[in-house]
Amino acid sequence: MPSPATIGQFTLIAALLLAAFQAILPILRKSSWLPIAIPIARWQFIAVAIAFFSLVYSFVDNDFSVLNVASNSNSQLPLNYRIAASWGSHEGSLLLWTLMLAFWTAAVSRYTRHLAIATVARVLGVMGFISVGFLLFMLTASNPFTRLIPAPLDGRDLNPLLQDPGMVFHPPMLYMGYVGFSVAFAFAVAALIQGRLDAAWARWSRPWTLIAWAFLTCGIAMGSYWSYYVQGWGGWWFWDPVENASFMPWLVGTALIHSLAVTEKRGAFKSWTVLLAIAAFSLSLLGTFLVRSGVLTSVHAFATDPKRGIFILGFLGIVIGGSLTLYAWRAKQVGLGSPFDIVSRESLLLSNNVLLAVAAASVLLGTMYPLVIDALDLGKLSVGPPYFNTIFVAVMAPAMFLIGVGPIARWKKASIPELVRRLRWAFAVSVIGALVIPFYVDWKPLVSLGLLFAIWIAATCALSLFERLKGAGHQSLLSKMKSMPRGYYGMHVAHLGVAVLIVGVAVVTGYELEKDLRMDPGDIVSIAGYDFQFKGVSDVSGPNYVAVRADMNVFQNGILILKMHPEKRLYNVSGNVLTNAAIDTGVFRDLYAALGEPAGPNGGWSFRIQYKPFVDWIWAGAFLMAAGGVLALTDRRYISTTRKPLEVREAA
Amino acid sequence: MKRRHRRIAFVVFALCSLSIATALILNAFNKNLVFYFTPSQVAAKEAPVSRDFRLGGMVVAGSVRRDADGLTTRFVVTDNALAIPVVYRGILPDLFKEGRGCVAQGKIGADGTFYAEQVLAKHDENYMPPGTM
Repeated sequence: MPSPATIGQFTLIAALLLAAFQAILPILRKSSWLPIAIPIARWQFIAVAIAFFSLVYSFVDNDFSVLNVASNSNSQLPLNYRIAASWGSHEGSLLLWTLMLAFWTAAVSRYTRHLAIATVARVLGVMGFISVGFLLFMLTASNPFTRLIPAPLDGRDLNPLLQDPGMVFHPPMLYMGYVGFSVAFAFAVAALIQGRLDAAWARWSRPWTLIAWAFLTCGIAMGSYWSYYVQGWGGWWFWDPVENASFMPWLVGTALIHSLAVTEKRGAFKSWTVLLAIAAFSLSLLGTFLVRSGVLTSVHAFATDPKRGIFILGFLGIVIGGSLTLYAWRAKQVGLGSPFDIVSRESLLLSNNVLLAVAAASVLLGTMYPLVIDALDLGKLSVGPPYFNTIFVAVMAPAMFLIGVGPIARWKKASIPELVRRLRWAFAVSVIGALVIPFYVDWKPLVSLGLLFAIWIAATCALSLFERLKGAGHQSLLSKMKSMPRGYYGMHVAHLGVAVLIVGVAVVTGYELEKDLRMDPGDIVSIAGYDFQFKGVSDVSGPNYVAVRADMNVFQNGILILKMHPEKRLYNVSGNVLTNAAIDTGVFRDLYAALGEPAGPNGGWSFRIQYKPFVDWIWAGAFLMAAGGVLALTDRRYISTTRKPLEVREAA
Repeated sequence: MKRRHRRIAFVVFALCSLSIATALILNAFNKNLVFYFTPSQVAAKEAPVSRDFRLGGMVVAGSVRRDADGLTTRFVVTDNALAIPVVYRGILPDLFKEGRGCVAQGKIGADGTFYAEQVLAKHDENYMPPGTM
């Protein structure tokens, strides 16, 4: 019986051959062969899945003859983290990426039976080509199954930061999103090759883009929450290049969702939609490259292993350059689509698209500029968070305003006086609310601005729903509500998610309190009406670490309301120290206590105590947005497209 | 004719807003660039005096001292050629250790001490700050 690592190695090679065949099949000009693309896509998925589970098994089984296992795991590591360690390393995460790609490819082969086989084969061919790139890279430069002979007795352990439930869910979610954009990309490239893009193309792409976007939204939110409670000492977003890498495809993906809606409903700005589909996936590739190549720690990380760097850069060049060249060549044939007025829902959505694209471009500038400068040996620098904050507030403010107007405005031609008349109450409510509510705490301009947009979005959602219900004849309210499409509800749920997120960001930024201080046993510190009393520390031990645990009582108005136990852990194998903060989560506030270091002669320790009002609204908002995306996905018209065969015009 | 005028107006408007946006973005960008210097460069007065920058090097073994308040830490950062004393008030990241790499962000004082507002540790334990010999 060969070892799992050997099986994994062989199935990776098999997957490469299948993917290569899948990629060249549409070019072979043998139309009778095209239907094979579908079983090949599925076999490729099975092959990659076997390889992936062989790697997981090697980790679970503590097979330290595999270099990857020896470097990233340890026999003391709990089972769930041994599984998660499979995608903790560079090699393993690439395999996870490829598994996701194979999964999406198989899903495309399953849910496109209503399309002409030539179209399906082309879409699968594009995805097969991307898969070839990743499999080839793994087999030549970054093999997850490389052997280590003789095998060490035990492994070097997983980085403690990664030993967290966040690590189990965050990367798979994020990758589902990243790689999910490959479907929209493949549809776009296939359509460009075919030279025909119509409303049907947008309708096919929409559900795939929505689901990928929902996954990416969840993945980013989970990453943010993870950094909040583990790495970030209470911060939830740092504009770190790793975060930006996932945020750029999200911004462009968000633009793409809106643009696809216009292309499907009105046939307008097709070329722009295609460009966004290409950009979203290109940024996903770039993000993977940035995070996984080590280029962020130092651009010279590549100098130690130039094969990897050149391969990835070459592959990025072929995919991005190739698709953009194809776009430049064929965009004329795609056409601009039906005309619309300067004031119309189309133009409002286009403005929102431009704003999202500008935001993505400025994040790209701030992320890539330091890398380029460093690579050219012109010096070392970084771009401070104030840059991103300033740009983001400035660019997103008009976009937040447009969220309110867009769903109300008519397609093709809207009138400004009419919009003003319909929106005046929503506008009055949001202005008054934004000016008055912050006075209950402390009036701050940014909090007020945030509330303005949040109330504006909520009020216009309510208005849109009200107008629809009023206008739809004499049915009962319930049947009217039932008859409205799920896509409509999905849109409003997602927009309300934005409102909830804005409230969270504005309130926590405006009113959070933080104290770094030394406390001796018995000391009490007050913050936002809560009294934290430090009782003392004790030693505890976990499965693969020993820890110092502080004992804290929290009082409110003299009554003990909770006990908190922040820890400082020392991991046995790696010798790394990790702070494990204690967090009490609430709807309107989080209390956050982190243990620093021993300080002073009386058994004192340094602490960071924080009061974080409304911080959980940030992630709640993000999950609402994702839920809106999923709700829209269940819209009847997507479900019917997968069941009923559509009239598909095929290029002769 | 009217539609064409509107189109032109739309394009002009779009171009104007895009160029204003670009100007604002580049301005904000320029203001927020944070440069990186080694202790030798700081000693040679290459670093800006009134502006934040990042100082990177190894934390000299045995140099870490804590003040009585339990929060202020004093240590020395070196690139193995020259060394700069650093003062930081706050809780240090977990990966901060004597003999390991460290990047601090802050300003240089007239006394030649670096007053850090932030000590960064977004890297693993094998990280070597650039420019360290």
